[in-house]
This record gives sequence, structure tokens and C-alpha cells, in this order.
Amino acid sequence: MKNKFSLFFIVIFLSFCFVIFYKGLNTQNNYTPKVNEKKNIPTFKAKDFNSDSYINSDEIFEENIFYIVNIWASWCVPCRTEHPLLMQLSKNQSIKLIGLNYRDNFINAKKFIDNFGNPYSRILIDKDGTLGVEFGAYGVPETFLIDKNKDIIKKFVGPINQETVSEIELIIK
Amino acid sequence: MKILKIFIILFLVTSFSEIKSDEANDVLKNKILKNIRCLICQGQSVYDSESEFASSIKLIVNRKINEGLKEKQIYQFLREKYGDWVIFDPQLNQNTYVLWLLPLLLFLFGGAIIYRSLINKK
Repeated sequence: MKNKFSLFFIVIFLSFCFVIFYKGLNTQNNYTPKVNEKKNIPTFKAKDFNSDSYINSDEIFEENIFYIVNIWASWCVPCRTEHPLLMQLSKNQSIKLIGLNYRDNFINAKKFIDNFGNPYSRILIDKDGTLGVEFGAYGVPETFLIDKNKDIIKKFVGPINQETVSEIELIIK
Repeated sequence: MKILKIFIILFLVTSFSEIKSDEANDVLKNKILKNIRCLICQGQSVYDSESEFASSIKLIVNRKINEGLKEKQIYQFLREKYGDWVIFDPQLNQNTYVLWLLPLLLFLFGGAIIYRSLINKK
């Protein structure tokens, strides 16, 4: 009876370990950001790219429309590939694009905008990357879709593609 | 002359206390940074990393400490931005309760077995 109990316990214990380790093997061990989690936009004060003055987040997102916050930098190669798509999105009247120039050199950033066009209604300077942290970003490029209630409803990590643009257009319709 | 002496003493006392509080802030900052995961690195803490993400986090943590936020409040802030994964030390919640309770359960179970075998021997 005692032996049967021990055997039963060992089998249960080993099965339990097996399940835990098997699950562990199938779980990714690197950071996978939650892209569909609804979050409030952070409140912040940032330097404007064109006027050099400081603006509050309330003034930036004051209109009752959808906004896109795109984190970019002139040194970021994937930002160049997504730029034409941002230009395409900027033609949509029901959305405004806000650019967050991340850890960049001002002259290089200006050249980038002059060469490839400016899809943004406003560009903010994030010299030390701390504004990006407020948004929960961890690199460039990253794009956040903000709804009329001023909630971040979607996060796109990496460069956006045609599929992403269609998805955004479908949401803001 | 007496007033000058008092001023010098006051100046020295305040400067020493400032140095001490800076030291305390540095200790707290390093403790927090060692417990934050660098999300774009492989198994490194923010403290150990020189990546752009890590340097931004270092600045944010420094700013929050200067604003007077406590250690737990800073962790909470980062959790809200990046989720539980950003902290090395997991909190007790519905996703981690097995991790926290399992050692305790095993300890109790093992203890019960030892206790039973001792009773039987007697």
C-alpha cells in the first residue's frame, strides 16, 4: 500500500515537472510587447521641432480625431522604408500624424524631412529617449494609434507596411 | 567674526548632508537599475547595458528618484509601460503564484513526510 502511494506520488510529481518544463520550452524567452493593450496617452511636455518652444501633450492631442504617434530618427534605416507609407497616411483627413524624433541630430533630422517629405502635422524632439519610454517604446521605428478618447489602442513595433496602413485605415473609418 | 564662523559651520553641515543624500540616491538608483531588464539585450540588466534603451531608462529612473518617487512606485511606473517582464524580481499575482507557492508547498510536503517517518520509527 505504502509502495503504491509512493509510486503514485512520484508519477504525479514527474508529470507535473514534465508539463512545467514542456510549457517553458514553448514559451519565448525574449520580450514580446503587447500590441493590442489599451492605455492612456502619457502627459508630457516636449520641445517642438520647428518652433523650439515647449508644448504640453494636451495641446498636441486637442482635436477630436485619431492620431498616430510615429517614433523615427534619421539614422534609422527601417524608418526610410516606412516613410512613403506615412506620407500616404498623412493624406487622410481623419487622422493626424505626430512625429517623435528619437535621439537624433537636428541637422540630420531636418535633412531627412527635406529629402523624403514631411508627413507629420507636428514633430517633437526626444533628445534623450525618455519621451519614448513614456509611450512604452523601446526602439525605432514604432507607431502608436490613438483613438478619439485619447487612448493608445494599437502599437506597431518595427516599420509599418501596406498591411498596417490598411489596418489603420479600417480602424479610423 | 562669530557670525562668519556660524555661517561656515552651517555651510559645511548642509554640504555634507547633500553629499550623503546624493550617495543614498546613487545606491537606490543602482539597486533599481540592477532589477530592471534591458528589453533589447540578451539577459542583461539596464545597469549592465549601454544600449540606447538602457540609457533612456537610466535617465528616467534618475528623474523619478529626484522627483521623490519610492522604489516600488518606480517599478510600478515601468510595469505600466512595459509589463511585468521588465522587472527581474516577479511580483505575486495570478501569473506567478505557482512560482511563489510551489517551493512552500514542497517544503511543507517534505516536512510532513519526514515527520511521519519519524513518528513511525518511534
